[in-house]
Amino acid sequence: MNRKVIIIGSGPAGLTAALYAARANLNPLVLEGNQPGGQLTITTDVENYPGFPEGILGPKLMDKFREQATRFGAECHFKHVTKVDFSEHPFKVWVTDESYSGETIIIATGASAKMLGLESEKELMGYGVSACATCDGFFFRDEKVLVVGGGDSAMEEATYLTKFASEVVIIHRRDEFRASKIMIDRALNNPKIKVAWNSTIEQILGTREKGVHGVVMKDTQTGATREEACDGVFMAIGHKPNTELFGSFLDADQTGYLITNNGSTATNLDGVFACGDVQDHVYRQAVTAAGSGCMAAMDAERFLENQHR
Amino acid sequence: MSENVKEFTSANFDAEVLKSDIPVLVDFWAEWCGPCRAIAPIIDEVANEYNGKIKVGKLNVDRENQMATQYGVRSIPALLIFNNGMVANQIIGAVPKLRITDFVESVI
Repeated sequence: MNRKVIIIGSGPAGLTAALYAARANLNPLVLEGNQPGGQLTITTDVENYPGFPEGILGPKLMDKFREQATRFGAECHFKHVTKVDFSEHPFKVWVTDESYSGETIIIATGASAKMLGLESEKELMGYGVSACATCDGFFFRDEKVLVVGGGDSAMEEATYLTKFASEVVIIHRRDEFRASKIMIDRALNNPKIKVAWNSTIEQILGTREKGVHGVVMKDTQTGATREEACDGVFMAIGHKPNTELFGSFLDADQTGYLITNNGSTATNLDGVFACGDVQDHVYRQAVTAAGSGCMAAMDAERFLENQHR
Repeated sequence: MSENVKEFTSANFDAEVLKSDIPVLVDFWAEWCGPCRAIAPIIDEVANEYNGKIKVGKLNVDRENQMATQYGVRSIPALLIFNNGMVANQIIGAVPKLRITDFVESVI
């Protein structure tokens, strides 16, 4: 069936686009991806989303977004798009062998945590390697964990992990953090947190059966390597946009973020719009993502009106 | 929650899971875990569709911390499938229904 609007992604951007498109009677289909609700579902309290003066849990907030969109007729499916073809109109998207076609596409696939790119890291992901302290910290009670990174999110993850872990070591490749002062102070004043400066991880040691038991670390100054024992490794080295699917069709900047035309959500292809973190490496907030999701729905609506005139 | 989804605890784990005559899908989850909530409806559907062929149940890691440790769970949702008292296979993280049904099909 040919849809007027297909939305790929279900974070604040995708679900706000769905809400607006549904209210415009465009009967949007939301293909939620493998993390319905997006990055906010792996946070705890959200204290900067306007309208919730007491704060609200990230997963709860996203339930509300979804409920509001479906109330007006948006259809949300927990399906992960595996392929797209934007070379002809209507545009096609696939979920393995199921295909869908849409007159417009709104891309709201967001961003996900960057990984180091080690084989051992991939093998042990979910078995002691994690990119989400709030999701997995619970499983490291009274154990020793490492946090890799030097930005605000590394400080936040390290501080959060002290609620469970007996010892947290921040591994950073340089000799100073780029995090904000308040976050650095909070982390460094915590007696459970230590820092390994000028250090990188070469390999993570462990098995899926027994979990992680250590890492091989390298001193970036001397090149010397040594083993450090630990029970878990948390990655906090930034985010990358989820744009692998669109590479051959849409313009992106050198780090992969989709390029939208100034002041709108239009991409280089008429009828394909992008909103939220997938096209924003500057603000990356729930509220800015929601705002751009609204813009994308309105841009899609205008495109459809002009087409059928 | 579907009536075909049981609640597993350390008290009934031996009888319900380890000594079960049919394979058992155990969903390690917690209230605070967003991705666990995302797959809950799928777990219900799988329990209904495979009723009689496998047993399906949830294990709350907040209440049953020890069980999570015992089975080396370091991230949730963790779906462990038990056959003849042993872990036959596992999936970590929220995945689409097709992956879960493939996973179930692999043991029945």
